[in-house]
Order: sequence, then C-alpha cells, then structure tokens
Amino acid sequence: MKQFLGFIKKEFYHIFRDRRSLFILFGMPIAQILLFGFAITNEINNVDIAVIDLSKDATTKEIIQKIAASKYFTINQFLDRDADIETAFQKGKIKAVLHFEKDFSRKLIKENNANLQIITDATDPNTANTVTNYITSILQNYQQEQNKDVQVSYQIIPQTRMVYNPELKSVYMFVPGVMTIILMLVSAMMTSISITREKELGTMEILLVSPLKPVLVIVGKVVPYIFLSVINAIVIVALSIFIFKMPVQGSLFLLGVESVLFIITSLALGILISTISSTQQTAMMISLIGLMLPTILLSGFIFPITSMPLPLQIISNIIPARWFIVILKGIMLKGVGLSFLWKETVILVVMAIFFLVLSVKKYKIRLA
Amino acid sequence: MKSDNIIEVENLTKIFGDFTAVNAITFTVKKGEIFGFLGANGAGKTTAMKMLIGISKPSSGKAIVAGFDVFSQTEDIKRNIGYMSQKFALYDDLTVKENINFFGGIYGLSKKQITEKRQQLVKELGLESIVNTLVGSLPLGWKQKISFSVSLLHEPKIVFLDEPTGGVDPITRRQFWEMIYQASNRGTTIFVTTHYMDEAEYCDRVSIMVDGKMEALDTPKKLKQQFEVDTMNDVFLKLARG
Repeated sequence: MKQFLGFIKKEFYHIFRDRRSLFILFGMPIAQILLFGFAITNEINNVDIAVIDLSKDATTKEIIQKIAASKYFTINQFLDRDADIETAFQKGKIKAVLHFEKDFSRKLIKENNANLQIITDATDPNTANTVTNYITSILQNYQQEQNKDVQVSYQIIPQTRMVYNPELKSVYMFVPGVMTIILMLVSAMMTSISITREKELGTMEILLVSPLKPVLVIVGKVVPYIFLSVINAIVIVALSIFIFKMPVQGSLFLLGVESVLFIITSLALGILISTISSTQQTAMMISLIGLMLPTILLSGFIFPITSMPLPLQIISNIIPARWFIVILKGIMLKGVGLSFLWKETVILVVMAIFFLVLSVKKYKIRLA
Repeated sequence: MKSDNIIEVENLTKIFGDFTAVNAITFTVKKGEIFGFLGANGAGKTTAMKMLIGISKPSSGKAIVAGFDVFSQTEDIKRNIGYMSQKFALYDDLTVKENINFFGGIYGLSKKQITEKRQQLVKELGLESIVNTLVGSLPLGWKQKISFSVSLLHEPKIVFLDEPTGGVDPITRRQFWEMIYQASNRGTTIFVTTHYMDEAEYCDRVSIMVDGKMEALDTPKKLKQQFEVDTMNDVFLKLARG
C-alpha cells in the first residue's frame, strides 16, 4: 500500500509539472463550458431585419411595432424598392426582410387575405429557420389578438408547451454534451498518453521489473485521473448551476455515481489505447480521431441521433457517450431516477467491464 | 542448485510464432562474478535477459535466478534483482531526490532506509549540488550513474545491465566500469550486455550469442586462446561470421 501511495504521488508530480496537461485538465473544461454557454448558442437575440412596407397603413405599422418591440428583433432599416433587398443582404448585417404588399390593410379586411413575405438569409440555415419561426409566431399572436372579438364557428388553438427546458436555452443542451466530452478527453486521452509516455521513456520496463504488480502499475496510473475527472465533473456542474442557472432536477448523488461509471469506461478505453500504441503521438491521434470525433458527432450531443442515416444510428450505439448524455439529460433536466435510466446504466456497466477485461488481456499479451 | 551459482540456465528457449529467438541456451553464473552477455543485434540477448528478469515467459527449458524459478517465482526474482536499461530510465520531470525516493519506495524500502541510502549515495557520487535538480536537465553521464545507483538501492543479489554504456563518451564509460567493479567487490553479481568489445575484456567470464544459440562461454583470456586471436573483438568477429 505504501508503495502504491508513492506511485500515485509520483503521478501527481508528472501532472502538476507539465503545463500542457495542467491546461488540458483544468483550463479546457472551464473554457469549453464558458464558450458553449455564452458564445455558441441556437437562440436568437436582437437580430437585425429590414422592412419594405408598400402600404404604410395602420395594420402594417402595428405589426412592425410588435416585431420591433420583441427582444428577438431590431428593425435595422426600411427599404423602398425590391431591388434594394439584394444589396441589404450582401452587406451582411440583416438576416431577414419583411415585405408587406400594397394595400395590406384593405385586402386583409375586404378579402380576408393579405400577403406578407418573409425573406431570410439562409447562408446559415439554422438561424434562418429560427428567424422564420419567431416571426411567424409573432404574426399568429397578432392575429389572435385581432380576432378576439370575432366569433368563428370553430377553430383549433394549439396550446404548445415546451417541457424540461421551457425557455429553450441552448446551454441546457450543451452542458451535458460538454461534460461528456471533457470527461472522455481527460480520462481516455490523458491516461493513454501518460501510460505510453512511460513506455516511450523506458520507465515502464523498470516498473515491470520491480516487485510492483503490473496491475498496480496501471491502477496507479489511472487513479489520479479518476480523481481529477471527478473534480472536473464537479467544476462543470457547479459552473452550469451557478453561472448558467441550469437546474439539476434529479439526485446529485446519482449524477455523481453515473459520472464515475462513465469515467471508468473512458479510462478503460484509455488503457486499451495505450496497449496498442507505442508512442505518445499515436496514443493522442487514436484518442482524438477514434474517440473524440465519434463522441462529438455520433453521441447525439450536436446532431440528433434519430435524424442520422441508419448505419450511423447503429454505430452510435457502441459509443459510451451516447448513453451517458441520455443519463445526464435525464437527471439534470427531467429529474428522473434510476428506474428510468437503468437501461443506459446497464449498458455503460457492460461497456466498462468489457473494455477493462479487454485491456487487461491485451496488457498481459504484451508482457508475455 | 550449487551453492556458488546464482543463475543456472538449462536449455532455455523462447519461440515467437515460428521464429526461435533463444534456442536452448545453457549456462551458469557464479556469485559475485561479472558476467558479460554478448551478441550482435538480434542475436537474442535482450529476449534471454527478459526471461531471466521475469518479464517474459520462456517457451521451454529451465532457469533459476537468485534461487527462484523463472516460471513460477517471478515475483521473488523481481525482489532480488536490480535492472538498468539502455535508456537509463529515470523520470526527467522528477528531481534526483524524488527519483531515489520513488524507486526506493516501489522496492518496499522504509522511509528511514531510503533517507540513509540517499545520503550515502549523495556523498559517494558527489551529488550535493544537483540533488534537487530535475533529472531531465542533467548530462547523460550523470543519468547513467544515478540510474545504476538506483538499481542497487535495494541491495539486490544480482544486477542486470542492458547495454549500460550506450551513447556515453569513453571517459564516462571508464568511470562507469569503476562503479561496476565497486558493486562487484561488495558481492553483487553483475550480468551485463554490451556492444563494446573492450568492455568484454573487463568481465570475469563472457558468453557470446549468435542467432539465438550460445556459441562461446569462457574467460576472455581463454576465449582468445581458443580462437587464436589477440582481442575479444576478433573473437566476436570470428564467431559472428561463422
């Protein structure tokens, strides 16, 4: 046991004396969370739009005012001619143009039908989509207000309610994803690099010739990273609670246990990578391309799994992050417990055991 | 096992797939002896050594190291041997002191023992000024000496040196062999592989491996007589060229 503690102490010397690993360990999680939380967002705020109002009557004024009053849009300019639209878009400042046809008010009242065209800059399809949706809903809202007194024989009024994230805050979506990526990065990449480093320097050989048991060598390399990953998980959750006011509806304890489970799965992958690579660079490349990319792309963090082509959907099943993100969202946003998340949990446990057994086997083969 | 033999090897063989890396070698090493283990690159030296230090399982044959069997008692072997590789593997980002403490620790030495050993080492090697320096910033010669001393920390019965003088200058090499003699005088058996034939002359007995087989084993003097040449270099060339 004393030997083992000495080993762990040595491991911390390595970590704390290497600025690069210190940065990856502590700078990265904080930077990523802040970046995703503040800068990268699907919400729209104060989007600049332009208006062409060919009728300039009471109705169009009301509508324009209503749109300008919302926090989502700012009326940047009024255009006079259709020909100006192209130039306005090319300048790049405005994202949408509202085009009211001639005699808007009169047509609306007389013919019950007036045309308002929404033209959006779709170089960024996501924003264009969101902008269109927001404007449409403002218009519907306006119509409902106008029709309050009118008796319609029948009508369907959809009552939409967005549950679990009523304000559609994108940070709620990013936190679980970023947490998953950071834990994967720290656990898998850092351990695989630190183990291959010993191989590269020849110290691994010395350790294997020493009375220290081979399994203890690996456990000793891994334990500091479990510790650091747990600290990282705590920092990320704390940041999201205190800075982004993200609720944790479910049990913090369960969140902790599930995180440790995911950390162990990632560590096992890290050990596995270290057994198949002989240099630190190889270990890093395999971790980045073999683990990080699929984790980012196929875990459902950014791209919804259900809209992927079938082969990718199947592949996504073998990615531990996919299941962990479901667990995280479940606990943090929906507040559900193990009774709803047991399936994902069991999958992670099985993966952890599978990778651990596989890496121990590989490790032994290398020794023989 | 005869009482004055510390290593006894009989028909030790290692086969990788259909390649026989070590082909039924047989030899003994006496207590306190400096045993030179020579061979060209790829002759099977390193593989043979790995079997003796307990990190590679032999395919067949028998070997007893420090009184323990290489098949079943590798843990006991590891506790009783020292090992230094050609990379002088110490941790570059740890200081000399931290390295000594760490390696002393994994061999199960107590804090008190480590402190005593360390102070003794510092005095013998004149490390006073660099004891708190990171190993990475030391010249190769220093690393080599410290690495050797570290492999002797737990007072092993035998120390295995895998090309311990690779890449260092002749003067440092000479100084290093003086350290080897000192350790030998204190009763430690030295098992050393080398490429340098002048170093072979320093050994009490020398074995030469060619293509996985042990082709010669005797004192340098007798080997030279047997092959009717003047230097170990010529002995080696004659053997290696068949």
